[in-house]
Amino acid sequence: MERFVPLGNEALAQGALDAGLSGCYGYPGTPSTEIMEAVQRSPEAAARGVHRSWCANEKTALEAALGMSYAGKRALVTMKHVGLNVAADPFMNAAITGVNGGLLVAVADDPSMHSSQNEQDSRAYGRFALIPTLEPGNQQEAYDAAAYGFELSEKYAVPVLVRLTTRLSHSRSAVARREIQPERPLKLPANPQQFVLLPAISRRYYAGLLAKQADFEAEAERSPFNRYEDGPDRRLGILACGITYNYLMEHFPDGCPHPVLKIGQYPLPRALVARLVDACERVVVLEEGAPLVEELLRGFPVETGRVHGRLDGTLPRAGELNPTLVGRALGVEVPASAYAVPEIVANRPPQLCQGCPHGDTYRALNEALDGYARGRVFSDIGCYTLGALPPYNAIQSCVDMGASITMAKGATDAGLRPAVAVIGDSTFSHSGLTGLLDVVNAGAPVKVIVLDNETTAMTGGQPSPAHGHIEQVAIGLGVPAEHVRTITPLPRQHAQNVAVIREELAYEGVSVIVARRECIETARRRRRAGA
Amino acid sequence: MKTDVVLAGVGGQGVLSIAAIIAVAAVDSGLHLKQTEVHGMSQRGGAVQSHLRMADRPIHSDLIADGTADLLISMEPMEALRYLPSLAAGGAVVTERAPLVNIPDYPPLDAVYAALEALPRVWIVDAEAIARDMRASRAANVVLLGAASPFLPVAAGALEAAIGVVFGRKGEAVVEQNIAAFRRGRAVTAAASD
Repeated sequence: MERFVPLGNEALAQGALDAGLSGCYGYPGTPSTEIMEAVQRSPEAAARGVHRSWCANEKTALEAALGMSYAGKRALVTMKHVGLNVAADPFMNAAITGVNGGLLVAVADDPSMHSSQNEQDSRAYGRFALIPTLEPGNQQEAYDAAAYGFELSEKYAVPVLVRLTTRLSHSRSAVARREIQPERPLKLPANPQQFVLLPAISRRYYAGLLAKQADFEAEAERSPFNRYEDGPDRRLGILACGITYNYLMEHFPDGCPHPVLKIGQYPLPRALVARLVDACERVVVLEEGAPLVEELLRGFPVETGRVHGRLDGTLPRAGELNPTLVGRALGVEVPASAYAVPEIVANRPPQLCQGCPHGDTYRALNEALDGYARGRVFSDIGCYTLGALPPYNAIQSCVDMGASITMAKGATDAGLRPAVAVIGDSTFSHSGLTGLLDVVNAGAPVKVIVLDNETTAMTGGQPSPAHGHIEQVAIGLGVPAEHVRTITPLPRQHAQNVAVIREELAYEGVSVIVARRECIETARRRRRAGA
Repeated sequence: MKTDVVLAGVGGQGVLSIAAIIAVAAVDSGLHLKQTEVHGMSQRGGAVQSHLRMADRPIHSDLIADGTADLLISMEPMEALRYLPSLAAGGAVVTERAPLVNIPDYPPLDAVYAALEALPRVWIVDAEAIARDMRASRAANVVLLGAASPFLPVAAGALEAAIGVVFGRKGEAVVEQNIAAFRRGRAVTAAASD
């Protein structure tokens, strides 16, 4: 057999390609990035001409995928969990328009925040939008979720959310590929008003979506992703969502003695859940992320004391689960660590690479700000967020994509003058432009420093959407040309760079300083590839 | 049969390449495999780890439970200590000797070695020095893989073939250099582990 040992992300991508995918869209973000990268690397995708480009942000990506679906073809859009916040507008409304060609929204959550600012649970979005959600529990299910999800999407004309978590996204195991389907032909929606959400039309479609809820639940009752496994010892029953099933079964290599309900498709199958709860004295709910299923089972205001999970301390309320935590929750004997971490072991946080251009910019910025009170540098999401740590201690915020510019504006509205916004080139294209327009319109003295390393570095060097025209974009948005400055962050340019930043700090208006030098990682990769 | 391996190091040291080689060798040897990786922010010079599980029957968990790893392979001596809670009592540790000091509060080296040498089965390997001696500094990770290979449930030949698969697109010279590095590393521990 052909060797196919994909990451969970790669399995989903291959599953989508084998199911006749015509377009993959997305914005890179850990732990989701490898879905698109697998499609981009695929020789089949290249041969077929599958559309497979990164977009400016998750919202534009989801909208383009919806357009592909409008034209009758199967589309996949990928993002990390917080990216779904950016794409929430088209996500919620695509649930109302419904789809023409199958549409999968693949979102990778990051419980324990390995590389994220929060650990929000995307299943809540699936429930919010009232659409079916798949939560594969292993690599094979990640592969199978694509074809199954496309069929479900087309059968009910709704988008389907596929929720992954870090551990499945970034873990490999062998996967069997299935039949390869052809791409769908171009075919416009039968109803020319399907995508016209005028209020009167929307009300009709929303009623239709509500009417489908019973069907979605019936699908979940018979889904291959949901499975009831009976067991003789009914003092305890276990409801295991997604990858937590693996942590459970790790403790029972010869089969679990307790009834188990494995969940991989939502909305929750009420009959299967009732069967488990009725059969067992106690039920422990295992779910990665928020206790969404547990809350539903506990109900309100009735508290029976039979349901256990993250809400009563049986499991930790936050953070990723693992076999040890699951074993303890079930009262299973769990091996203890034989060796502790010696006290001498020091933390080794991530840090900017030796020679990184951001370090030179931060050194120049810190010196230019010497003399001003601290606490006026807002920043954003990317490698440069590490500027919050020693030795730089250069920035005081990191909230969401683009928030540096808009928070700096709000602070100047409050009287903080000047305020500095430090944002990467890719983040600037993703969500900085509209904020900069607000700054220009208000004439706020915000000093925007675009750290232009000419790539999306944090996620591995994907193209940066506004590459090559950041200055023109700033001027086009109304920043005076003489206050759009470009510096080269290099040690030998330090004095000059400090002088430029000081000049702009002294100017009572909006400035954009583009600090441009290629990421040393991408530069090195390019040299190697050319060598 | 089941072998659980924790791989550790610092972002950029080639931990994921070692993981990929073992994974290919395991699958080609007909074993079941699960292998986790760390991507994203930690790859920027921070502590990274990978869990590798191989067995002759299906494996459930992608993660290795505390206190159950059979083998800990580390590209850096202090990083080896960081993951000791994963190691089973009496589990083997194969670690690089040379420290990677990119933090201001790196502990005294003799204390690091003393903590390692207190373990029942530990091999501290001069993988970087060996690789440098071979004029192949970038193959230090594969030297270390060679040193760890007697403790893995796959044959040396399967690992060498996997080196060909993983480095194949970099050209024959790179593959041969890495196979030589693997053999030098294996020679360090082959006798000791019998």
